[in-house]
Amino acid sequence: MAESINCDICSKLATVHLTQIVNGKIHKIDLCETCAKEKGVTDPNGFSLADLLASNGDNDELETLHSDLVCSACGFTPEDYKKLGRLGCPSCYEDLAPMIAPMLTHMHKGIEHIGKEAENTLAREESQTKVSDVKALLQKAIEEERYEDAANLRDELLRLNEGSEESHVH
Amino acid sequence: MSTRIRLARNLSQFPFPGWAKKTQKEEVLGRCLEAAARIPKIKNPTGLRIDELTELERQILFERHLISRELSNEPEGAGVVISKNQACSIMINEEDHLRIQVIKNGLHLKRTWNFINSIDTAIEESLNYAYTKELGYLTACPTNVGTGLRASAMLHLPGLVISGQMEKVVRAVNQLGIAVRGIFGEGSDASGSFFQISNQQTLGETEDEILKRLNSVMATIIEREEDAREKVLEDDSNKVFDKIGRAYGVLRNGHLLSSSEAMNRLSLIRLAIDFGSIPEQSRMLVDRLFIECQPGHIQFNANKEIEPNQRDVLRASLLRDAFARLPEPTFDHFTQ
Repeated sequence: MAESINCDICSKLATVHLTQIVNGKIHKIDLCETCAKEKGVTDPNGFSLADLLASNGDNDELETLHSDLVCSACGFTPEDYKKLGRLGCPSCYEDLAPMIAPMLTHMHKGIEHIGKEAENTLAREESQTKVSDVKALLQKAIEEERYEDAANLRDELLRLNEGSEESHVH
Repeated sequence: MSTRIRLARNLSQFPFPGWAKKTQKEEVLGRCLEAAARIPKIKNPTGLRIDELTELERQILFERHLISRELSNEPEGAGVVISKNQACSIMINEEDHLRIQVIKNGLHLKRTWNFINSIDTAIEESLNYAYTKELGYLTACPTNVGTGLRASAMLHLPGLVISGQMEKVVRAVNQLGIAVRGIFGEGSDASGSFFQISNQQTLGETEDEILKRLNSVMATIIEREEDAREKVLEDDSNKVFDKIGRAYGVLRNGHLLSSSEAMNRLSLIRLAIDFGSIPEQSRMLVDRLFIECQPGHIQFNANKEIEPNQRDVLRASLLRDAFARLPEPTFDHFTQ
C-alpha cells in the first residue's frame, strides 16, 4: 500500500502529483486539491512547475520559518524582503543565508559562482586582512616585550601600508 | 538586430540602493561618477544626475535604451554615465549601485562581452565590489547574483508573429532558462515584432557558457524565423505583399499615426528590406525611424510637450517626409 503524501504547500493530503523537467533536473511536487487549483495546476496551458518553484522562495511558509533572521549589518529582515523583493545589503547574503540559499537553488543553474573574479577587490581585501593580522602580532610583541620582533613587525606594517597606498581606493 | 549586455555590480561597504539612506546613495553616486569618468575605454563620457534632468530628457534616454524606466522614476541619488557614441551607459543607484551596459549593432555577443568586461575591470581598479568567492558578485536581487550578467539580443521576428508561432517559441525557450520580452524590456509589448531574448540565470555558469547557450538558442530562433518567412511566402505570398504594400501606403500618406501603429507598419517595411523588395540602403533610415517615432523623441524634436493626438499628427508628418525618399516596394523578383 502506498504511503500517503502531504501537500508541499499546506501539508494536507496531497492528491495531485507532478513531475517536470526544468533545466535538465527532475522536480517533483505534491499538492492538495485546493493548492493545486490556486496555483493553476489544473489549467494545462498556464502552468509551469518552473514558475511555482521560482515563487516558492518567498511564500508564507518560508516567511514564518525564517522570521528570526536579521542582517547584522543593515537590519534587513525576511519580512522586508517579502515587501521589497530585493535584499538590503551585501551582508544579507550571509546573515539571511537560510532564506536565500533555497531560493538560489531554484533560480539558477548552480549554487556556486564559477565566473569572472573581482581580482582587485580580493587583493585589496587580502592586504587589508594582512594589515590587521600584523597589527595584532605587533601589539602582542610589545605586550610581551619582544622588542626585536616588534621592530620587524613595524617594518612589515610600513611596507604593507605603502603597497596599499599605491592602490588607494578613492 | 542588436546585442546588449549588462553587468550588475555593487560597492562592498554600502546598502543596496533600495535600502540605502539618501546620504549613502549620494556618496555612492559621487564615488561611481568619479570612477566612471576615469575609464580609458570610454572616451568623452557624460555624467548626469537624474534629478537635474527634465521629464522629457529622461524619456529620451529611456527610448534610446540608455536608462531604465525605474531609474527615471526614482531620481534620488540616481545618475548615469554615457559614452559619447551612446554605446555604453552606466546607471548608478538603479536596482544595484552600478548597472553597466553596452549595446552593439548586429549580433555580436562575444565582442560585446569583451568590451564590457574591460570596462568592468577598469571600474573595479578603483572601487571595491561586493563580491565573495562562493556567490560571486552580490546583487540586490538574488536573481542576478553570481556573474551579474544579463545578455540579450533584439530580434525582429515578423515571420513567427504573422504565422502565429511566437507563443510556441516563447514557451520552448523559457524551458531552457531563456526569457523573451518586448522591445522595452520587462512588461513591454511586442510592438513591431521586436523581441529581446535574454538569459535568466546568472549563478553556477561562467560568462562564456551563458553566452554560448544564448547564442545557440538565438541561432535556432533565427532559423525558425527564416522557415516561417519561407512558408508564409509559399502559402500565400499575396497576403504578405498586401500587408507590406498597405504599410507603405499608410506611412507614405497617413496623417494620424499612433506610435504602436507606426512601429507595426515600420516592422513590415523592415521585412520588405529583408525580402529585397526595398533597397538595402534604406535599412538605416527605417531603423532610425523606429526610435524617432517614439513619444519622447517626437516631443523633443518639436521642442515642447505635446498632447498625444497632436503627436500622432507630427509622427505621421515625419514619416510622410521620410517615406517620400523611400522607393516603393517591388515584388517582381518573386514571380520571375
